[in-house]
Amino acid sequence: MRFGALAALSDLSLRINAGERVALVGSNGSGKSTLLRLLHGLQPPTAGRLRAAAASRQAMLFQRPFMLRASARANVALGLWLAGVSWGLACRQAMQGLARVGLAEVGERSARTLSGGQQQRLALARAWVLAPEVMLLDEPTASLDPHAKREVEALMADFGAGDDGRPMTMIFASHNLGQVKRLASRVLYLERGRLLADLPVQDFFNAQRLQATAPAAHLFVKGELV
Amino acid sequence: MSTFSQSAATAFDLVVSNDPVLWAIVARSLAVSASACLIACALGLLMGAWLGVARFVARAAVLAVLNALLAIPSVVVGLIVYLLLSRSGPLGFLGWLFSFKAMVLAQCVLVLPVVTALTRQSVEDAERAHGEQLRSLGAGTWLRAVLLAWDERYALLTVLLAAFGRAVSEVGAVMIVGGNIDGFTRVMTTAIALETSKGDLALAMALGLVLLAVVLLLNAAIALLRGWRERSEGAPAAGLLA
Repeated sequence: MRFGALAALSDLSLRINAGERVALVGSNGSGKSTLLRLLHGLQPPTAGRLRAAAASRQAMLFQRPFMLRASARANVALGLWLAGVSWGLACRQAMQGLARVGLAEVGERSARTLSGGQQQRLALARAWVLAPEVMLLDEPTASLDPHAKREVEALMADFGAGDDGRPMTMIFASHNLGQVKRLASRVLYLERGRLLADLPVQDFFNAQRLQATAPAAHLFVKGELV
Repeated sequence: MSTFSQSAATAFDLVVSNDPVLWAIVARSLAVSASACLIACALGLLMGAWLGVARFVARAAVLAVLNALLAIPSVVVGLIVYLLLSRSGPLGFLGWLFSFKAMVLAQCVLVLPVVTALTRQSVEDAERAHGEQLRSLGAGTWLRAVLLAWDERYALLTVLLAAFGRAVSEVGAVMIVGGNIDGFTRVMTTAIALETSKGDLALAMALGLVLLAVVLLLNAAIALLRGWRERSEGAPAAGLLA
C-alpha cells in the first residue's frame, strides 16, 4: 500500500479468522490505521490482494466519531438507513441500539451535545445495530478520559465476546497496552508498514518469548511500559 | 439647512409616511432579489455540495473557473444576459428583456457562483473531516454531498444571506437588462442612481436608507444566527481530551 513515494504497508501477508480479537499495535505512522482502512475497503490496495468471506458485514469506528447535527437516535438510525432499512424501522432499531449501550435516555438529545464517551458509545450503537460480523476500531478510546475509556472498553469486551449471541471478529488499533492485554486474543505489531510480530496475546506479553521472536516489538513494549 | 440634512429630513418623511412610490420600488427590489436567490440557491447548493465531495478529472479547472466567476462585475453579467435575451440573442424568443424575469435571471447569474463556491468550500471542509466515516457507513457521493450540506446548514444559511445581500445591492446588471422602467423594472439601486442624476436627492436618500436598513438587517440576522448556533452547539464535548 503506497501513498505516492511512501510505502504505508509492505510485505504484509496475514489471515484473520472469524471470532478473533486482533489488536494492532505500533508507534504513530506504523500503518495501523492504513491497515484498518484497507480491510474496511476505504482505501484500495495499490498492490496485492484482499479477500473477505462472502457477504461479510463490517462496521468501523473512528477515534473521533462523526455525529450529524441531529438527535442521538437519528444518528444511529442513519447507519441503518444507509444500509437500506426504511427510516421508520431504522428509528425503532436505533432505540434498541441505544439501549444496548446504555444511552436510551438521551435518544432525543442532540448527538453533538453528548460527552466524548457518550458519542463513542453512540458510534458503537450505530455499528452494533448493523449486526456486523467484523468490527474495526481505530483507537476508539484514544481521546477519551479514563472514565469514558472504561465504559467504551467494557462494551468492546462484550461485543468481542459475542455476549449478544452475535459472534463478532474484532480488529482494533490501540496504543494502550493494558487495553490490548485485556481485550485481544492476538496481537499484530507493525513498524514502518511492516508486520514484525504476529502472536497470541499471552506470547506478546511474555517478555522472554517476545524478545526471542520479535526483538523490535519487545523494545516497543518495554518503552511503552516504562 | 444643508442639502444633506434637507434631503435626509425629506427622505425620513417619505419613509415614515408610507410613500407608495417608495414602497413599490422597495417591494419590487426585494421580490427580484428574493426570487433570484431562491433559484440560485436551489442550484448553487446542489452544485456546490456535489463539487465539495466529488473527485473528477477536470475538477481543478472547474474550481478555477468558479472562483474566477466570484469576481465578475455585475455590469458584465448584465451585458451577457442582455446579449442572451436581446431579440437576436439565443434566448430572444422568450421576450424577457426589460422585464422582471430578466432582472431575476441577471441576479441569479450573478449570485449563483457565490452560492456554489461558498457551499463547495463548506462541504469540502466537512468532507475532509468526516467524509471517510460516512463512506464507511455506505454513503456514496451524492448522499455524502446532501448529508454534509444538511449538516452544514447553519453555515450555508449565512451563505444564503450573503448572496441576498449581494443581489439586492447590485445596480449594473438590473440597470442593463431591466431598463429602469418606472413602475415596472425600477428597483432600489437603479432608482437611487436615476434620482441622484436628476437631483431628487430626497427619494434617492430614502431608498438608500431602506437599502441600508435591509443590509443591516441581513448582517444582524447573520450575527444572530452565528450566536444561536454557538450557543446551541455549546463547548467541545466533555470527556474528550484535547
